[in-house]
Amino acid sequence: MSATMKNTLLFLLVGVLILITGMVQSWNSALLILNMGLVSAIMALGVNLQWGFAGLFNVGVMGFVALGGLAVVLVSEPPVEGAWGAGGAWRILGGLALGALSVAAAVLTYKRLPRGRMRGIAVLAILVLGFFVYRWIFDGGVELVEANNPASTGNIGGLNLPVLLAWPAGGLLAAGAAWIIGKTALGLRSDYLAIATLGIAEIIVAVLKNEDWLARGVKNISGLARPLPYEVDLQTDPGFVQTAAHLGLDPVIASTLYVKLGYTALFLVVLLVLLWLSQMALKSPWGRMMRAIRDNETAAEAMGKDVTRRHLQIFILGSAVCGIAGAMMTTLDGQLTPGSYQPLRFTFLIWVMVIVGGSGNNFGSVLGAMLIWFLWVQVEPIGLWLIQLITAGMAEGSALKVHLLNSAAHMRLLTMGVVLLLVLRFSPKGLIPEK
Amino acid sequence: MDFLNAIVALANFVLIPGIAYGAQLALGALGVTLIYGILRFSNFAHGDTMAFGTMITVLVTWWMQAQGVSLGPLPTALLALPFGILGCMALVLLTDRVVYRFYREQKAKPMILVIVSTGVMFITNGLVRLIIGPGDQRFADGERFIISARDFKAMTGLSEGLGIKTTQGITVVVAVLAVAALFWFLNRTRTGKSMRAYSDNEDLALLSGINPERVVTYTWLIVAALTTVAGTLYGLDKSFKPFVYFQLLLPVFAAAIVGGLGSPLGAIAGGFVIAFSEVTITYAWKKVLGYLLPEGLEPSGLVQLLSTDYKFAVSFVILLIVLLFRPTGLFQGKSV
Repeated sequence: MSATMKNTLLFLLVGVLILITGMVQSWNSALLILNMGLVSAIMALGVNLQWGFAGLFNVGVMGFVALGGLAVVLVSEPPVEGAWGAGGAWRILGGLALGALSVAAAVLTYKRLPRGRMRGIAVLAILVLGFFVYRWIFDGGVELVEANNPASTGNIGGLNLPVLLAWPAGGLLAAGAAWIIGKTALGLRSDYLAIATLGIAEIIVAVLKNEDWLARGVKNISGLARPLPYEVDLQTDPGFVQTAAHLGLDPVIASTLYVKLGYTALFLVVLLVLLWLSQMALKSPWGRMMRAIRDNETAAEAMGKDVTRRHLQIFILGSAVCGIAGAMMTTLDGQLTPGSYQPLRFTFLIWVMVIVGGSGNNFGSVLGAMLIWFLWVQVEPIGLWLIQLITAGMAEGSALKVHLLNSAAHMRLLTMGVVLLLVLRFSPKGLIPEK
Repeated sequence: MDFLNAIVALANFVLIPGIAYGAQLALGALGVTLIYGILRFSNFAHGDTMAFGTMITVLVTWWMQAQGVSLGPLPTALLALPFGILGCMALVLLTDRVVYRFYREQKAKPMILVIVSTGVMFITNGLVRLIIGPGDQRFADGERFIISARDFKAMTGLSEGLGIKTTQGITVVVAVLAVAALFWFLNRTRTGKSMRAYSDNEDLALLSGINPERVVTYTWLIVAALTTVAGTLYGLDKSFKPFVYFQLLLPVFAAAIVGGLGSPLGAIAGGFVIAFSEVTITYAWKKVLGYLLPEGLEPSGLVQLLSTDYKFAVSFVILLIVLLFRPTGLFQGKSV
């Protein structure tokens, strides 16, 4: 069996799994799995860029995904009237600009002044002074904004632009964060980058949770704009109802399927574009150089390649892809819930996808993402069923039985760990190995 | 009087919690640093190993409490601790034999081992949640305070109280004992010396007839003991929640890296550096400054540099600063 044949069969297998879900459970859940699978595939592409192409170990995926989600709020929400009118929002922006300026000034001073005690004192003075002035301006603004109708808004809102623009904006936001991290942590040892990215992701999510002026924190923002019509509107649209009836579908089900299929189409377009770009990049001289750097940094450096710069470049690109996926996911959910960002789900699960699919192979990442996402969703009902089978003989209401049934939900973490270890052990190159 | 009050307030809110937290971090960081020194990879499963050992301790503690066993004023968990350590040792030895040994024999790259450790992390995390659930568990019992704030006020007549929790006292005593035992083992025993030799120069150690598998086994055993002690002390002091233990990974790693990966002394120093910076930066200084500054100049705000929600940011920033200006850490660590 040729490699192409095998790969096609693997993709077909995932398709069949989703079809079975549609027939056995419902088409709505099948489409839900498919849509999140597509989003996960894009995240996996981003991680594959960094790990598969360049060997960078980024465990901060969650942070970039969350930034993408933030972009949706900042781009598509209408600006909150009271926040800007009272000047609070301007004060916040001013404070942030001032903070950035003082950091920049400190960096500049550090670079320009000669080594010595004077330099240390000057940098420290700039930073401390900058911090207090920043806090003074910024805190006042935050108070003004958050006092503005805190029950329903209390944030600054956004730019009121079409939500589709938020997707590239999410990429840009993530790229900006990646630039800051990359500038400081790249060029150090690889495990340091891992810890640094792990930390930055936690910080980004902490900011989202606690800065209420930004996106209402844990009070969440729901009812975000969407690029597709609402189900309710479709159900009252006589034309749509007629078409649904023509197809022999209930208008309510037809409308939910229509919206989900619409997302599928949108996501598929983005995925295909990114996949095509990644493939072109992989085949290009640039991609070959990346892999050369990955396989032997010293040799690549000796050939005149600027390893740190190339690493920075691909780190930003990969993070931007994760940011785009994050924006897409928030659009799909229709809400931003900072409390739901968990590193196991948004960082390490993506890693399982890339490793299982085959690191270094773009198609592998896409396949791994779809397959692992399917497992992640379906392990829970399967685990519950298994535990019911095991505990069937136990006395009704026994403490152990209740406990086991309640913990069935945690089977998925266990399963993911086992899948990852099995693949790493017996097929370390993944399902579709790198060519 | 004001000055004394300021010192007492500082001790109560910064010094004592900082020392206890620092000791817990130091014990955790020692485990990370030992694994890094001997097995040469960053173990991402460390936080969950900690949770697993603590979980066993918690379960045994509950069992003992149900049987009516108690240590009087001390928490029962101290009696259960050896069982937790044994359980944790069983877990890490099992993962080493089933998972890590294969890659060691293959001489896999450190990065592969890190990814493998994330797989172990998933499994351990799943196991812990499966057995004890994701919720918050309290298992501390016995006397709550060595000195309560009210007694202290009555004793000294100061308006500020100084409370020392039993768990904080126990943390410091146990940590000192554990670290003393570890250093005695590393510096005085044959096995300890062979571990240090193996960490310094693997090839040379192998040439002089050190059995690597033995060294690795001992390392895992020690790490299991250290992490369980660290986790149990943290759980006694605060409470036991699996996800919090996973999150401890960040400050623990920060401590190990700040001190210099592979250096046990550095891990201890790093633990305290991280703990004290976290506590001082997230502490609201209003009270202390109110005592110290002359009247009229008292601060109106809380004078809190960062809200406690950002304590991760503190360990992270310190980590970055150390990495930028002293990449091998405060105490020369190793770099692989």
